[in-house]
Amino acid sequence: MFSAKDFSRKLQLLAMLFIGFYISWSGLYDEIATYWEDIVYLTQQHIFLVATSGLAAILIGVPVGIWLSRPAMERSAEAIMQVFNIGTTIPTLAVIALSMTILGIGFAPAFFGLFVASLLPIVRNTFTGLLAVPDHLLEAATGMGMTPLQILIHVELPNALYVILSGIRTALAINVGTAPLAFLIGGGGLGELIFTGIDLMETGMLLAGAIPTAMLAVTVDFLTGQGQFYFVSRGVNPLR
Amino acid sequence: MIQLEDLTKTFSTPNGPVVAADKVNMTVPTGEICVLLGPSGCGKTTALKMINRLIMPTSGRIYINGEDTTQLNKFELRRRIGYVIQQIGLFPNMTIEENICVVPKMLGWDAKKAKERAAELTDLVGLDPHQFLHRFPKELSGGQQQRIGVIRALAADPPVMLMDEPFGAIDPINREIIQNEFLKMQEVLKKTIIFVSHDIDEAVKMADKIAIFRGGKIEQYDSPSQVLAHPANPFVADFVGSDRTLKRLRLLTAVDVRDIDAPVASMQASVEEVLVSAKSHANRIVVLIDADRHPVAYVTADELSGATGVVSDFAHDLPTTVPVGADLRAVVSEMLSHDTMWITCVDERGHFAGVVTQPAVTAALGQKSSSVRDQATDARLANV
Ligand SMILES: Nc1ncnc2c1ncn2[C@@H]1O[C@H](COP(=O)(O)OP(=O)(O)OP(=O)(O)O)[C@@H](O)[C@H]1O
Ligand SMILES: [Mg+2]
Repeated sequence: MFSAKDFSRKLQLLAMLFIGFYISWSGLYDEIATYWEDIVYLTQQHIFLVATSGLAAILIGVPVGIWLSRPAMERSAEAIMQVFNIGTTIPTLAVIALSMTILGIGFAPAFFGLFVASLLPIVRNTFTGLLAVPDHLLEAATGMGMTPLQILIHVELPNALYVILSGIRTALAINVGTAPLAFLIGGGGLGELIFTGIDLMETGMLLAGAIPTAMLAVTVDFLTGQGQFYFVSRGVNPLR
Repeated sequence: MIQLEDLTKTFSTPNGPVVAADKVNMTVPTGEICVLLGPSGCGKTTALKMINRLIMPTSGRIYINGEDTTQLNKFELRRRIGYVIQQIGLFPNMTIEENICVVPKMLGWDAKKAKERAAELTDLVGLDPHQFLHRFPKELSGGQQQRIGVIRALAADPPVMLMDEPFGAIDPINREIIQNEFLKMQEVLKKTIIFVSHDIDEAVKMADKIAIFRGGKIEQYDSPSQVLAHPANPFVADFVGSDRTLKRLRLLTAVDVRDIDAPVASMQASVEEVLVSAKSHANRIVVLIDADRHPVAYVTADELSGATGVVSDFAHDLPTTVPVGADLRAVVSEMLSHDTMWITCVDERGHFAGVVTQPAVTAALGQKSSSVRDQATDARLANV
């Protein structure tokens, strides 16, 4: 498993290297460099959008997942999860469009659309991860005199953490992948260079948007993967 | 001391109420092991879990050392009770040390003291603290995990332990070893223990008292030898099995039935002299010993009668010997496999330590309760 991931990461790096060679060889580099100011500004805007909506999704999604997994919610949780699952099947572009019809244009609908798109995997993984903690661990913990909060913090969350982080990783991948669409509803970001580049058939402009976007995606995936490696206890970590 | 008073639990299920415990009354004296025994679904686990309030009783009272537990905060109550379950339930995200320190930490021990305790307990069950404390549960064998499960429950030195089929998931050989280790620990620790089992052999081995359950009721509450010798009713008799007399063999050792005064003689003794002592004894044999009192051979009264000379001319090799600490099941098994009616016992140094005869074994099994019960306790300790 680890080596397969390792391999795909090496492949990614190799691909980037080739793109880099191609770009400098074809003289596109100078062309891209002319957009440098735009790149810096839009990347900041882009990262801000991804970071805030992603963070909000984590801050809301994890507690909602925890709440749904509590024994008191046993009856209604499945029904609510079904709604979430249906939500997952809606294409992210549609989510963005729908959020525009409600919130108009600008940062708010972009933020909200990305937030909703990344919320679902987080809630779902938190919920299923917590439910997958074996009953006998909960029984042992309860029998030892741990309070429900102590059980959640010291037993349930650490044992579900790998699955929860997988959910966050998926969510952020969706978020980063969808973020360029924010431009379409006035949310700014690197989508501005990409879509304008497409419209004007300007490869340099397009790449000026696409390359940072791709790099961001690889970086975010790498960082969440590292998080999974380091934050999940070795006792329950399939990566080590 | 644990006292259960009219303890009753009724579960309401879609198919109507299920009575899992029906006016259970029982007293477990301090320092004793009480085994709850019975067929599946008879309410053993329910009775056990009501004591640490994992299950709320429908009615009735539970006293631990005279204190009514329904008055206590349930979290504090549980921290004062060691709890071991069949699935062990070590937390896989924590190291062995962290697992052991869970309850001490909750009780506010300082970290250093808790860690020292963890090392001490790990050592007590024969695992090297340096090697094991920083491992994770997945890096231990099943038997090692089970040992950690037990010492985790002992970590804060609770006076009372509840164990629900604690050795149920281990293979028979390791189970035997862990049971012995546990009994040895219990000899020192003297915890008051309620232990659920569905294995009569385990119950006989571990218990000071056995409570036999059926349909939420106690059918008999007695010492193992009493339960085996005098089952209270046909259900108990059936449950303990038609070989219950044989099972009682494990409760006694050679020490309990050996004839320490059985005659011995040296190899060089004269036939006439030895014949007198051989005839004086019911078994009509004399064991021959060397200068160091090691048994080496035997002679029979029948072969000596009318003869003269030294006994060594009439000596036969001893078929086998048994240690005096061996339980009677092992002794009888030796007798059967060597096709003999009697067997020589030796002590730890190999010195002659008496003779066990089949009539003596039979007599001990037929004996009335009280003395057998006392012997049984001795036997169990000697076994460990
Ligand atoms: N939570 C529950 N709800 C309804 N019925 C229950 C519940 N727990 C136990 N019971 C019923 O109570 C009875 C006693 O169950 P218990 O678990 O105490 O049996 P047990 O003697 O421990 O059996 P086993 O040897 O199989 O573990 C059974 O008939 C069981 O079906
Ligand atoms: Mg049970």
